[in-house]
Amino acid sequence: MRYIPHTPEDVEQMLAQIGARSVDDLFASVARKHRLSRPLDLPEAACEQEVLAEMIDLADRNASSQTHDWFLGAGTYDHFIPSAVDAIASRSEFYTAYTPYQAEISQGTLQAIFEWQTMICTLTGLDVANASLYDGASATAEAVLMAMRITKRSRVVLARGLHPHYREVVRTYLGGLGAEIVELGRDEDGRTSAADAAVDDDTACLVIQQPSFVGAIEDLSRFAEATHARGALLVTAVSEALSLALLRAPGTAGTDLVCGEAQSFGVPMSIGGPHLGFLATRQRHVRQLPGRLVGQTVDSEGRRGFVLTLATREQHIRRERATSNICTNQGLCLLMATVYLALLGRQGLRRLAEINLAKAEYAKARVREAPGLTLPFAAPTFNEFAVGVAGGAAPALKRALDAGIVGGLDIAPYEPDLAPAVLVCATECASRDAIDRLVATLAGSAP
Amino acid sequence: MSDGEARARVGNVGNGFAYEEPLLFERSRPGRVGCSLPRLDVPEVDAHATLPEGALRDDLPDLPELSEVEVVRHFTRISTWNASVDLGLYPLGSCTMKYNPKLNEKVARLPGFACAHPLQPVELLQGFLHLAYELERHLAEISGMDRVSLQPAAGAQGELAGIMMIRAYFEHRGQRRSRILVPDSAHGTNPSSAALNGYEVVAVPSGEDGILHPDAIEALMTPDVAALMLTNPNTLGLFESNIARITEIVHARGGLVYGDGANLNALLGIARPGDLGTDVMHFNLHKTFSTPHGGGGPGAGPIGVKNTLAPYLPVPVVCRRDGAGYDLDYDFPRSIGRLHANFGNVAMAVRAYAYLRSLGPDGLRRCAEMAVLNANYLLARLRPAYHVPYDRPVMHECVLSDQRLESTGVTTIDVAKRLIDYGYHPPTIYFPLIVHGALMIEPTESESIEGLDRFVEALLAIEREARENPDLVRSAPHHTRRSRLDETRAARRPVLRWQPEDG
Amino acid sequence: MADYEIPDDLRYSEEDEWARLEDDCVVFGITDYAQQQLGDIVFVELPQVGDRFAKGDAFGVVESVKAVSDVYAPISGEVVSVNEDLADRPELVNADCYGSGWLCIIRPGDEAELESLLDAKAYRIYVEERSEPDQ
Repeated sequence: MRYIPHTPEDVEQMLAQIGARSVDDLFASVARKHRLSRPLDLPEAACEQEVLAEMIDLADRNASSQTHDWFLGAGTYDHFIPSAVDAIASRSEFYTAYTPYQAEISQGTLQAIFEWQTMICTLTGLDVANASLYDGASATAEAVLMAMRITKRSRVVLARGLHPHYREVVRTYLGGLGAEIVELGRDEDGRTSAADAAVDDDTACLVIQQPSFVGAIEDLSRFAEATHARGALLVTAVSEALSLALLRAPGTAGTDLVCGEAQSFGVPMSIGGPHLGFLATRQRHVRQLPGRLVGQTVDSEGRRGFVLTLATREQHIRRERATSNICTNQGLCLLMATVYLALLGRQGLRRLAEINLAKAEYAKARVREAPGLTLPFAAPTFNEFAVGVAGGAAPALKRALDAGIVGGLDIAPYEPDLAPAVLVCATECASRDAIDRLVATLAGSAP
Repeated sequence: MSDGEARARVGNVGNGFAYEEPLLFERSRPGRVGCSLPRLDVPEVDAHATLPEGALRDDLPDLPELSEVEVVRHFTRISTWNASVDLGLYPLGSCTMKYNPKLNEKVARLPGFACAHPLQPVELLQGFLHLAYELERHLAEISGMDRVSLQPAAGAQGELAGIMMIRAYFEHRGQRRSRILVPDSAHGTNPSSAALNGYEVVAVPSGEDGILHPDAIEALMTPDVAALMLTNPNTLGLFESNIARITEIVHARGGLVYGDGANLNALLGIARPGDLGTDVMHFNLHKTFSTPHGGGGPGAGPIGVKNTLAPYLPVPVVCRRDGAGYDLDYDFPRSIGRLHANFGNVAMAVRAYAYLRSLGPDGLRRCAEMAVLNANYLLARLRPAYHVPYDRPVMHECVLSDQRLESTGVTTIDVAKRLIDYGYHPPTIYFPLIVHGALMIEPTESESIEGLDRFVEALLAIEREARENPDLVRSAPHHTRRSRLDETRAARRPVLRWQPEDG
Repeated sequence: MADYEIPDDLRYSEEDEWARLEDDCVVFGITDYAQQQLGDIVFVELPQVGDRFAKGDAFGVVESVKAVSDVYAPISGEVVSVNEDLADRPELVNADCYGSGWLCIIRPGDEAELESLLDAKAYRIYVEERSEPDQ
């Protein structure tokens, strides 16, 4: 076995040092009757070239954005990833390290996290951000738990515009805590209805997604007013992080906590994970923040360095009273995103967001012209929007697929009350030609 | 001639290839770009004209402006300040820092995995679903559980899922049970996961021999106890020899047993938690199954259950339809629900699957055997110099303490920092909490005898230094880019982001 | 054993708080022994003025870099003042635990409870008992 160095001679020598007769002796504390008396029933080992061939075969049985034109988003986005991102993320100094517990030999990881925290603060318009969480859904659940701790209240209002999977995960996380969860509906234009009636004096927080699941850009400040008037907090969830480059920073619009998914920043779609949850808040709430935090300090000679800090919030110290049970972050994904944001930079990220907006606006214009297709919501959008399909979403998506296009998400399972519609996302990867073909096939043209 | 004198003699020109590197933001120069974006093939859109007043932001002034060269150099330089498994022994106890095979990195990047989407139609996702289905079956076979879900994104989320299933199980039976037993040697995630489910945590004392005793469980196993959480082998590296009797007691009183799979590496092909009474457990793919730790994640924490708990598994569940390939099953009315936006950390599952295919049943068992051999070898060689609080044959890791160094003033943290000077990542320190000044060492099966010998020599040398020159040890590390960092200052006045200079 | 300052004019709880009667109120904080055990204190969480506590209730938290310690009310009463300086300068608890590092002031519900606390002599014995080297 190429991953294990021991020769028979090594084993003999080591057993002699230990004073054991055989390797089997080392397992004496496991009673015979407790041992497995047969080999594991698993496929026999394969050599490297066999395993590679097998994995290529499996991979080839999945469609991907390399084999199809891609308009499916809904929380996982097809963005181009510059080559330098994977080149850095493939450095084993990063990916074969663990949590930077020993700061003196982890400054690389720590500095990258500090840079990431800074970038998330900039993008969200808030003061502090943690070193990442599992994904946008669990980050939203953690934000809700945090709001419950801060307000000492247990009623939670979730906008219907919050990604349905995020809503499900919030319900799962809150299941054992006796919290009340209510949903806030949607107006005809696609935006979330006024919150004044839904948020009461027992409400911990209102969670709004920006842009919403169906793509609508919300006016966050009016929700901030409605929540703050009742002593509740406004949580803004963001599933398409690139929108932060164009839209008003949620923190400057009165949001108290911004959570979400930053997969768009250079992290591969990878069938949904690993992705990159984030959570940012105001300075005064920092001690209620879950997850790891990196802070700046100095070494014994006064030189700047970075350490994990405020660890007393965390499970390894506070145990059952910790702010969360989380004990990792998404370190490598965070690194990819930090490299990505450094490459795109101040100008590139903004321009990329404008390109996404332009592609989506072009696609919407084509939809408006197409027979049988509608735009069911009038609200402004970023790079994702719903398309009404009179003849049904499933046949329309099938027509697109036959033309080599993954055309979007059939909304029906999530929004059974809506007329048939497809959620379409147009990023910088969608060419004009592909958009034209998408609209034509959704509208009913045979490929 | 000292380093300093040598440097003075050649002039103050720097530190050779030991680069300092500022923050990205400090390197930034207006006008530089590090990307090339596609030419727009659709009409330009004026965001201000298209989106409502007040919806837009003006600029991203604090994002850096750098060329690709600068970005690559920045991250390449800071990468060299990290210790890593590829650089050398990384004996972090309970973290199983084994070698991360390069093949696994390659397969996870295949476009059919990396560029596929979780919501694409299942008929376009058959390769992944096949892999997930098989990996779940393999993990079930390895652990003796009946069903596995890959959804939890990390061990801690697996624990959360497991405790949620336990809660749902009792709720379905109309039983109110409010407490969970957790040994005093457990990982902090155990009590924390229990508390997140609204359970009261009751600590179970370990016996004087470092393992759990049936009488301690007997005494605490009241009718309001939902479950016992245990880690086997435990965090002292000891196999819980009373496991069968203990799980019997818990089951007899109507409780369930949760297994923390952090230390499963020691049992691969040797014994199966499911055969020893565990009802639900999580796996750590980043420990036992070689997926990289990534500088602190992403991990992956699949959860395995016996059939009694299968109705509570998170949805969706991967299933096989006769003649129609693989599918996703949402029809689990008693499910705890969804834990992750998608299917969990799929790219980690892909790596773990490649690992299992590379090792096969014999290779897996060999992992356990050589990991246990390595830990016992270290213990045998270090016992003469260091205090061993629970001196028994160990499994995958051994725990030492600083007790015999007490007269020198050198403590565990100093030994750990001095190890860095010898080129080793320190072991886990001050854990488990039941050992004062613990040094918890897990070599894994990846290390050769010569590698272990060199590590032993370093620890023996440090023990001598502690007696002869304790200040040298107490002020370590001396050969790092940064000396000991002031954690107190970081916590008292937290600086958690870079701020642009005023004006 | 390390040297711990234990002023004669104070009363002490078994949770290592000190208490001093001033007019009709009781000032208290944590003892020199407690602050030395904790090490560098980085954060102090205190109750709000007006909060009421029974003797033995946890009413605040003192944190070092890697430890968290509850602070328990040595007597019952209502909080009339808390040491606001500790928000920015938690290190005062290390530097001057019996002076500028005080935690809060309580108006006692039952002044007799103060008498149930240890005096300096008894507290010193109590500290010494715990400072014996481990067996």
